[in-house]
Amino acid sequence: MTEVLIIGGTSDIALACAHFFAKHRFNIQLAGRDVEYLGRIKADLEIRYEISCRIYYFEAIDFESHKELIDNLGVFPDITIWAVGYLGDQERAQRLWSESLQIIQVNFCAAVSVLNRVAELYEHEQRGTIVGISSVAGDRGRSSNYLYGASKSALSAYLSGLRQRLSKCRVHVVSVKPGFVRTKMTSDLKLPRALTAVPNTVAKCIYLAVKRKKNVVYVKSEWRYIMCLIKNIPETIFKNLRL
Amino acid sequence: MAHKKLLSNWGNYPAVTAEETSFRTVKEAREFIAKHDGIISRGMGRCYGDASLAQHSISTLQFNKILFFDRLNGIIECEAGVTLDSILEVVVPAGWFLPVTPGTKYVSIGGAVASNVHGKNHHIDGCFGDHVIDMEVIVASGESLFCSKEVKADLFVATMGGMGLTGLITRVKFKLKKIYTSYIRQRQVKARNLIEVFELFEQYRHHTYSVAWIDCLKGGDASGRSILILGEHALSEELNARQSRNPLTTHSNKHLPIPFNLPSFILNKYSVKLFNYLYYNKKMPKISDDIVPYDSFFYPLDVIRHWNRGHGRRGVIQYQLVFPLENSLNGLTEVLKRIRKSGMGSFLTVLKLFGPYESLISFPMEGYTLALDFPVERKLFPFLEELDRIVLGNGGRLYLTKDARMSPDMFTKGYPDADKFLDIVNKYNPVFKFSSLLSTRLNITTKQNAIL
Repeated sequence: MTEVLIIGGTSDIALACAHFFAKHRFNIQLAGRDVEYLGRIKADLEIRYEISCRIYYFEAIDFESHKELIDNLGVFPDITIWAVGYLGDQERAQRLWSESLQIIQVNFCAAVSVLNRVAELYEHEQRGTIVGISSVAGDRGRSSNYLYGASKSALSAYLSGLRQRLSKCRVHVVSVKPGFVRTKMTSDLKLPRALTAVPNTVAKCIYLAVKRKKNVVYVKSEWRYIMCLIKNIPETIFKNLRL
Repeated sequence: MAHKKLLSNWGNYPAVTAEETSFRTVKEAREFIAKHDGIISRGMGRCYGDASLAQHSISTLQFNKILFFDRLNGIIECEAGVTLDSILEVVVPAGWFLPVTPGTKYVSIGGAVASNVHGKNHHIDGCFGDHVIDMEVIVASGESLFCSKEVKADLFVATMGGMGLTGLITRVKFKLKKIYTSYIRQRQVKARNLIEVFELFEQYRHHTYSVAWIDCLKGGDASGRSILILGEHALSEELNARQSRNPLTTHSNKHLPIPFNLPSFILNKYSVKLFNYLYYNKKMPKISDDIVPYDSFFYPLDVIRHWNRGHGRRGVIQYQLVFPLENSLNGLTEVLKRIRKSGMGSFLTVLKLFGPYESLISFPMEGYTLALDFPVERKLFPFLEELDRIVLGNGGRLYLTKDARMSPDMFTKGYPDADKFLDIVNKYNPVFKFSSLLSTRLNITTKQNAIL
């Protein structure tokens, strides 16, 4: 049986991934902040799929703690999924540095802090897969959410570089760009139904991307074309658009 | 956390614009309850009428963890949003089954308790609530209370069939039933009329599962002609070679979708008559025996995912009544006569004999229950009031879970212990923080009932 570590284990996408991998006979390790919730998830996964599940306390912006967490995992994971994300409040972030900092630290700094260490160990082992959940918002900055977008853009660039570096030692890196997903994070937003995925679809997409060694995956293929279009709009026009 | 949307239950009637909020932890649920009034819990929305509709519906579907499963003794503990379907996936391969199951597996555990659902084995095993060991309910004060037959027994009893009015059920622990295979030994027996099917129900009283499909449009000597369907969990040696290869399979079935509402004229008096004729006269001896998967025995309609759409956009009203045993023949004869005269066809008409049953606020009592479904149309409402009079006149009552239109009077007369129930609701839900469209319509949670 193989092991998958999911960081940000209480998010809806993480939960869906845990179910999908457990169903395919993976043992699960979850790291997250709400340990009580993780405990309930652990019981549920173990009963439903007869696999073993370990849980760890994880605080994204406590950077000092990350190395210790990764170095002391009970069983070393074959796959590590980075599923931490913080949408934040764009307007608040424009005014308040603390909100901006929170967005940048959770979405980017924490990822670097954790994945640096994971990459080092995978490189040493000459095997492993890293999955980073980034966002289509990182493909081009837009006025409505550019702080979130910028942090995800940084994450995408980081993952791309990591992929290039690790490809030499048989370690694979997958970048996932889910687009809109109906989750707790987006429960306040009105999302267009045709472009919105459910967490289970994201989980399936991640599972297949790992299996087929995909590099960059958009969960709904429409997003690849939409973002390609958006990325190619000349800046002089783009800056006057309301997106 | 919340957005307004058009909500309706399985009957698609009534449909209201309401807020639906979900929660993932007890803390989230308590915060929501503290801030809002007019809350009702909602699971899969498989009750037919307005029982899980309110200004603020609180969805349990994200609160759906299985917390404990004792494979040796058949005890399971799960959160309110877990569906029967997903419980079956876990327990059937381990040789266990639901102690009681309604006619669909797409209901949540919270809903099964709040409606105190019954199944084809009511005369042997009672209702779902009879198998519950203990549970937890968040009451209006925000406290999460543990209750069982011994601890806070009043809360325990009133929550069973209490339609969510004592609070938000969060966790339920219950006993399962031992099985050796996931197949059912089924027997079907044809009955020429109502009297014969009554005799057959009596004759087969000791069978675990029994239910009858009844032709509600046939008149004359054949009025009430039916097919009685009986079942027992099959033993290993009763399976054929193919079935024996995997005796505890969950037969994950394929679903046929009905992607949109069919025009309501498709199910009418004539098409129902035709269907009933073909179904009753299908090539079958008087008695036929089979070994069938549990799925097709218990959940024949689940195969068609949105079968409720077959009744059109206006929706459907389920009318489920029960008569005390001594008045059953009289009452049913009269009801069938009235349906025939009205020309309104009920597509799915199901008859069942309940066993003796004592409860505070649950639907079953010893006698015959009949479930009818009618597409919503203007002339339906006065017609159902006629049926109400027959039900009351014979000492019967209607099932709250299916109801969308009965009067407060019909409720109080049908449920003689309603006052006792209300006292307990008042204790745990004193200003009716928890109330639904159903409870308001039936005057259960109105001011004059509140102790302020």
